Amino acid sequence: MTDALLLDPPTQALLIQAVAERRDREAFGQLFRYFAPRVKSYLLRLGAEDGLAEEIAQEAMVAVWRKAASFDPAQASVSTWVFTIARNKRIDGLRRLRRPELDPEDPALQPEARPAADRLLDASEREERLRRALNTLPEEQAEVIRLAFFEDKAHAAIASETDLPLGTVKSRLRLALTRLRRALAADGMDQA
Amino acid sequence: MTSHCAPDEMLLAYAAGWLDEPLSLVVESQAALNPESRKRLAAYEAIGGVLLDELPPAPLCREAIDRTLPRLDQAAEQAVPHRPAGTAPCGCGSRPRDGLPLPASLRRLVGSDLAALPWKWRMPGLSEVVLQVGGGQRVSLVRIAPGRRAPRHSHRGHEIALVLAGAFQDGTETYGAGDLQISDGTVDHEPRAIGDRPCICLTVLDAAVRLTGPFGRLLNPFIRG
Repeated sequence: MTDALLLDPPTQALLIQAVAERRDREAFGQLFRYFAPRVKSYLLRLGAEDGLAEEIAQEAMVAVWRKAASFDPAQASVSTWVFTIARNKRIDGLRRLRRPELDPEDPALQPEARPAADRLLDASEREERLRRALNTLPEEQAEVIRLAFFEDKAHAAIASETDLPLGTVKSRLRLALTRLRRALAADGMDQA
Repeated sequence: MTSHCAPDEMLLAYAAGWLDEPLSLVVESQAALNPESRKRLAAYEAIGGVLLDELPPAPLCREAIDRTLPRLDQAAEQAVPHRPAGTAPCGCGSRPRDGLPLPASLRRLVGSDLAALPWKWRMPGLSEVVLQVGGGQRVSLVRIAPGRRAPRHSHRGHEIALVLAGAFQDGTETYGAGDLQISDGTVDHEPRAIGDRPCICLTVLDAAVRLTGPFGRLLNPFIRG
């Protein structure tokens, strides 16, 4: 499994579409080779044992196959969608209650006031901005963001061992979130 | 607090998968009821997507894909019908009998017929159903009759109230469906249902935001602060 090719976001979206519309196994294979090792990597970072991480990664990819038709490129990029599936699979394993994906048919769902056609940025554009913003954060700010998402035991240990003052962690996180919000400002994230 | 959205730290914790069950229920319910909150949550989840893309791939076992492919056929029957892009989510799903559209996460927990729940009388104009949700917090649906007040109270911990239907007023602030109020122990408050129908809220008591894991513990005082 060394051919973990790089897949750019538009290609990812096309592959998902092929899976959704044609149940295309070749397309699924490409998605699997790209995402399964990353999902496993994510789970390992959260402290899962190798076997469990492998199992959840496979389960997540089966869910990708099963739910491909509900993927909505206006809502999220493929990476984000796969991330939420993997995150929820992990939580399902830890909890009694299953964590649902946001159900587009949920009768409680209040539509946005603004029509969809008026979206300022579509999901992939938005995420490209976010990616650039993350990559230009000062390293110590990027680190607290990564720490928040991928609680890396090593990082957490460093934080407590070096006795990084709590106030410092707080202010770094605040700064980082402010900068990310600013990057997404055109998308309504700036109203905090 | 003017936006009545879940605070950023809570959305971040949910997006990252560290938020406890009661507060996850609040975040999911608000995401359904409140487009602003849903949009913010989506942005935090997008951080997860970007980070996932940038993780170094971990080697899989050699047969990983061969073990996965046969499972696709088993999953095939459960495929959901394709929703054409651009169709707005509509309220055409099963309408609950009392007409109140409960968010999916809550329906899963209590069903869709609120009237059929075992409401317990607490005091004139106020009844409650305690939900069975993991964690040591008290998670309830609370119903306040039109014009009635919940008695003045404060908390040792935090109280979170998400309005599901109707509206309440507390001091000068008004909270309608999809709005969230967070009160800590320093706040003495007295919410009053306004309008002509009952105000129904999802409440989490002693909702000091509890996150798991070393980083979560680091964050806790941050959220309280």
